[in-house]
Amino acid sequence: MIRSARRTRRMVQMAGLSTAALLALASCSSGDGSSTSGSGSSPGASGSDELSDEVIVFAAASLKESFTTLGKEFEKEHPGTKVTFSFGGSDALAASITAGAPADVFASASPKTMKIVTDAGDNSGAPTAFVRNQLEIATLPGNPDKIGSLKDLTNSDLKVVLCDEAVPCGAAAQKALDASRLKVTPVSYEEDVKAALNKVVLKEADAAVVYRTDVKAAGDKVQGVDFPESAEAVNDYPITLLKASENTDAATAFIELVKSPEGQKVLNEAGFLNP
Amino acid sequence: MTSPSPDTTAAVDTLTGGPGRRTGAPRRGRNRRGAPLPLLLPALIGLAFLVLPLVALLIRAPWRSMPELLTSAEVWDALRLSLVCATVATAVCLVIGVPLAWLLARVEFPGRGLVRALVTLPLVLPPVVGGVALLMALGRNGVVGRSLDDWFGITLPFTTTGVVVAEAFVAMPFLVISVEGTLRAADPRFEEAATTLGASRFTAFRRVTLPLIAPGIAAGAVLAWARALGEFGATITFAGNFPGRTQTMPLAVYLALQSDPEAAIALSLVLLAVSVAVLAGLRDRWMSAS
Repeated sequence: MIRSARRTRRMVQMAGLSTAALLALASCSSGDGSSTSGSGSSPGASGSDELSDEVIVFAAASLKESFTTLGKEFEKEHPGTKVTFSFGGSDALAASITAGAPADVFASASPKTMKIVTDAGDNSGAPTAFVRNQLEIATLPGNPDKIGSLKDLTNSDLKVVLCDEAVPCGAAAQKALDASRLKVTPVSYEEDVKAALNKVVLKEADAAVVYRTDVKAAGDKVQGVDFPESAEAVNDYPITLLKASENTDAATAFIELVKSPEGQKVLNEAGFLNP
Repeated sequence: MTSPSPDTTAAVDTLTGGPGRRTGAPRRGRNRRGAPLPLLLPALIGLAFLVLPLVALLIRAPWRSMPELLTSAEVWDALRLSLVCATVATAVCLVIGVPLAWLLARVEFPGRGLVRALVTLPLVLPPVVGGVALLMALGRNGVVGRSLDDWFGITLPFTTTGVVVAEAFVAMPFLVISVEGTLRAADPRFEEAATTLGASRFTAFRRVTLPLIAPGIAAGAVLAWARALGEFGATITFAGNFPGRTQTMPLAVYLALQSDPEAAIALSLVLLAVSVAVLAGLRDRWMSAS
């Protein structure tokens, strides 16, 4: 009896040890998971003292391609500078800025998400609109389901993904649907526009309501379908310098580049409309 | 018998942080007086580091608007879905994970080390990567998922089943590793004795091994359940986010944080309370059952 008790104890002791190690591992991995879609602000956080010429830009997910191009141009024009981007859902970015994430510039996909930052007084100077973006339906290549209008998305046989209403693309899609008195029941409300687009790129969903620029950026992996109701929900993209900026000169120069004819050309090529 | 049986004591030990807490009580006093500062200081910092965020959650909680925030149907949907999915995922893990652990612990076969490494891989894999991998395998266009769709019309992404799949994928290694460790520490001679007395190997497993390792299985199941309950990355990647169908509590917390931080804190507290309640509840039951 005593011996078996001791044995049981030893055996569970081992299980205890291994489980403790497992818990440690788990907390690390789940931390990784959430931060990829979260703020992602850490790269610029440390070492910004030494690299005084680093500009940290928080920008809406839909700006990824064009801002990356502009960042490279900026670095070429101003040798010694480095532009670091954190792309994500505008609301998540706004939340991390108000929570104190170190950033120089914020470019959001809607005035509403920009307002979160200005309401908290984290901006420096008034935000200005630099582009506009229109919604489009992304379908599978070749449009096998023959989606031709927003109304076609109400078909319950289709797997449609929308952005969550907290994100600008979701709010805009809802606005367009409300304006045309349509009700779409999606299979998922995605956390940002790229997540919604990628569900179609991976062929898991039949259609997604995303920005025209995202359809263009995805190339031939999706096919875009214009719909007239998108005119009801055109998003203004505001950009602003942030109060926490430690590198205002370079940050202002980057904002100027975005608003310059050169910057607008890059943005237009990506499918953005002029403000 | 005044003290709980050895089995239940051991199982509780696993959850409460190690054996010998009660028997070591007299020694502990002497140890504390002699705790050297280089150990005591980091230990206290470590404790504060773990506890402070939870305390902050309580301090910042919007207690006044709490009833309103927590009575919404969406919160209850998410909570119900979280509990159901985590429980089903744990059941799935038990059904296929315990035999897998037995295989790893009791059967010699070539490449066993590799298999064990593969089983533990989802542990170290970022959950989002796990979600992408699940899409590649079981998505509508995935390696296996395509056939599932063609032959049976089953698609897993964006369904509650998909949530269970994602949670089981992430949680099963916890169970397998924990049960395998218990099996390795258990004496195989009991099973051998049973088989020499005429029991088949399966009967020996069912009648001798299972009762022997029950505490280890229970501890592993609790861990797997807790991991499944908190699962975020693989779920949102593989199963998407739709209230009542695939929006579990962690997803609701994450999305609420972006639009309504107060609601996010309230939801976090619910999840915290559920976790504490389950751990405490299981502990009490194991301690009183003897």
